Amino acid sequence: AYWVDSQQKRYVPVKGDPIIGIVTAKAGDIFKVDVGGSEQASLSYLAFEGATKRNRPNVQVGDLVYGQFIVANKDMEPEMVCIDSSGRANGMGIIGHEGLLFKVSLGLIRKLLAPNCEIIQELGQLYPFEIVLGMNGRIWVKAKTVQQTLIVANILEACEHMTSEQRKQALAKLSES
Amino acid sequence: MNGGLGCSQFMQRGLDSETKKQLEEEEKKIISEEHWYLDLPELKEKESFIIEERSFMPCEDLLYGRMSFKGFNPEIEKLMIQMNSRYKKEEIEADDKMEADVSDEEMARRYESLVGTIGKKFLKKRDRHELQDEDEDENSNLRPSNVKKMFLKPQD
Repeated sequence: AYWVDSQQKRYVPVKGDPIIGIVTAKAGDIFKVDVGGSEQASLSYLAFEGATKRNRPNVQVGDLVYGQFIVANKDMEPEMVCIDSSGRANGMGIIGHEGLLFKVSLGLIRKLLAPNCEIIQELGQLYPFEIVLGMNGRIWVKAKTVQQTLIVANILEACEHMTSEQRKQALAKLSES
Repeated sequence: MNGGLGCSQFMQRGLDSETKKQLEEEEKKIISEEHWYLDLPELKEKESFIIEERSFMPCEDLLYGRMSFKGFNPEIEKLMIQMNSRYKKEEIEADDKMEADVSDEEMARRYESLVGTIGKKFLKKRDRHELQDEDEDENSNLRPSNVKKMFLKPQD
């Protein structure tokens, strides 16, 4: 297989990509979600685990959702869902109200999601925290305190232009304090 | 057989089948002459070996995007193992360091008795009787080996 690796910040929706979206509007049966692309994606209220017409998911404007695209081409508005093909959530759906959302370049996301990513492994030994990475360049982090959350976020943002040595130095300083 | 009056099929009910056939053929001829066609040799569509894939996920074997560390969110940590194992199934199969549930010795013991029990199945009736007598001789007590739990009649 061959692929073209490029540095870009602008995300283009691709079918099957898991992404973090921000709900911007409720329009009857669907939600409008900002995914960082040229168009907003639509998310049906039935596309959540255990959702029925009577049992609607509790999604408000401004909520963060983690889902994947089922339709994404240049001719149509992208559509996303928060369940997989068998109807299970598998971690997708509304992301909690706490935590911090920030943007990084797409190349960094791919680096962080690579099978043996040192950055993620080293950070994981620092503090307990949870993280969601969207292929659209968005990362959501939540740690026990606001300070820890900000530290994790800053390190990830700085990883774009830090060498691995600089990063290890920074982490060593942090684990000392 | 007037061709002029009996041109359209729709208006005719009582036409003979022959005239109907003739009319149909004439209509077909007219259509085929007006029909335009390309006077080119047949072009075969070449089989394309290029598959276009727009996502990076399969290219670089990316992991599942939701992660938790140091037990912050135990459900997510369970999910991490589950989702990543789906991608790494091939690796696990190649890994021969599987912990055995049963030790090798136990397996050998089980197989020993298994061979015996299945071997009995293929013995002839006489041989089977001999085997049973052997059991009684070894132990003075009648060792009830493999007694089926059946309804026991109460002794009077």
